[in-house]
Amino acid sequence: MKYMFLIYLDDAKFAPMSQDERDGFGNAMLDYDDELRASGNYLFSEPLKMPNEAITVRTWDGTLSTTDGPFAETKEHLSGFHIIEARDLNEAVALAARMPLARVGSIEVRPVGHLERIEK
Amino acid sequence: MTMGAAASTASDGLIESAYREHSRKVLATLIRLLGDFDLAEEALHDAFVAAADRWPREGMPGNPSAWLVSAGRFKAIDKLRRRARFNAMEAEIADQLTADAEEGEDMEATSIKDDQLRLMFTCCHPVLPQPAQVALTLRELCGLTTEEISRAFLARPPALAQRIVRAKARIREERIPYEVPELSALPERLDAVLRVIYLVFNEGYSAHSGEALTRTDLSGEAIRLGRLMLDLLPQAETMGLLALMLLHESRRPARTTPDGEVVLLANQDRTLWDQALMAEGFDLIDRAFATRQIGPYTLQAAIAAVHARAGTAEDTDWGEIVGLYDVLMRAAPSPVVRLNRAVAVGMRDGPRAGLALVNGLIEEGNLADYHLTYAAQADFYRRAGETDAARQAYERALALALQEPERRFLQQRLRELGDAP
Repeated sequence: MKYMFLIYLDDAKFAPMSQDERDGFGNAMLDYDDELRASGNYLFSEPLKMPNEAITVRTWDGTLSTTDGPFAETKEHLSGFHIIEARDLNEAVALAARMPLARVGSIEVRPVGHLERIEK
Repeated sequence: MTMGAAASTASDGLIESAYREHSRKVLATLIRLLGDFDLAEEALHDAFVAAADRWPREGMPGNPSAWLVSAGRFKAIDKLRRRARFNAMEAEIADQLTADAEEGEDMEATSIKDDQLRLMFTCCHPVLPQPAQVALTLRELCGLTTEEISRAFLARPPALAQRIVRAKARIREERIPYEVPELSALPERLDAVLRVIYLVFNEGYSAHSGEALTRTDLSGEAIRLGRLMLDLLPQAETMGLLALMLLHESRRPARTTPDGEVVLLANQDRTLWDQALMAEGFDLIDRAFATRQIGPYTLQAAIAAVHARAGTAEDTDWGEIVGLYDVLMRAAPSPVVRLNRAVAVGMRDGPRAGLALVNGLIEEGNLADYHLTYAAQADFYRRAGETDAARQAYERALALALQEPERRFLQQRLRELGDAP
């Protein structure tokens, strides 16, 4: 089964950290990816740039509208994701619990779905 | 069932079948050696990744279980050492595990076999809530996935996943020992294990609500666990429980019509009953009685055996069944046993006798919201010719029944009574 880890972080938690500490998290995340690759659980992962670099697009009523930033303002923002292969939800939870960023942020574990074409 | 990434890299299904055959035994031993469920599961996974890499090239080792245990154990130590950069505790654990491994802590075949028994007692430890015992047993001993268990119990997967996470945390925090309980505590602890197995069986045999009356997979797992327990710890009640499950299972082909409608025991085509399962059940009951330690499961199995031995419903020895219920009432009294005894008395002495007992139960406030109480009451009224009272009782049963096939059966009975005057 495929699962997505959505990594939510709160900038306020990183603000008081030294640059060394922040770099430490980055390196630990790369080590974690290597561990997931070695165990065969890894499929894909990327960090995301800050929400102030994002733009939200809608074409409701056929008109293009764009707004700055993400849909809703929350303290925590989506800052990266992993897609992994695990035996079941509990294995996915165990893998997410070992992610270094789980110590400061929140990891949402979501089963990946499958969209079927409906033939009419 | 998939085992995830490791299996998908194996070209020939060799690893997939090795996983089915060995993973539960290997996991149980890794939990003992590593002292932690999550670390052991990770180690199991890594051991199969290593096997998928090496077995196709080097051939399968002579003793695959021992190979997997040893590979998993060293992978775990390795991992702890790498993680020790962040957590000094993990370095200590790794040192301890290395020392254990160098001492050559026993990996004899017999001790590996006993590990599954230890795991069974840990999963069914009384500090865990019963739903957690059931979920852990199915996941760790039977190898079902969280998603499969949640489907079987009509629970949401995140709720079930958290139940398992909390149970494992509890085992860690309370330092629940990983062992077969000593003799003085054995009867009580064994009872908890057997109760979990019976719950799994019943969940598979008669779904609590919804469309499917039988969920063969869960019943099959329960019987497998029953056989495992019998093999590892042959106690009288283990024999009784396995016999009870086998005798119920033997009737499965006759319990429903091809359209999924309920067929009552009295109306079942007895030639469809599985003779091999019945013979195995009879043999187990004899063995259990020979121990002279006769408990509630053995008695229930003996009652099921009286039905199984009757060539037709009319040949049923109801006197014998009432007698067994009398013993069961002394060994493990409960309102449900009383209800079942009332039904047997009604069959032996006529509907009025049964009715008096069922009405007594209801008047005492027992089982007043249990659909089968009213179904039994309705059946007695019907046989006594009291159509109006029967109609009312069927309607009450119908209002309480959740399962579609049972509901359709009750509706059919109502129609047969004809319209209300």
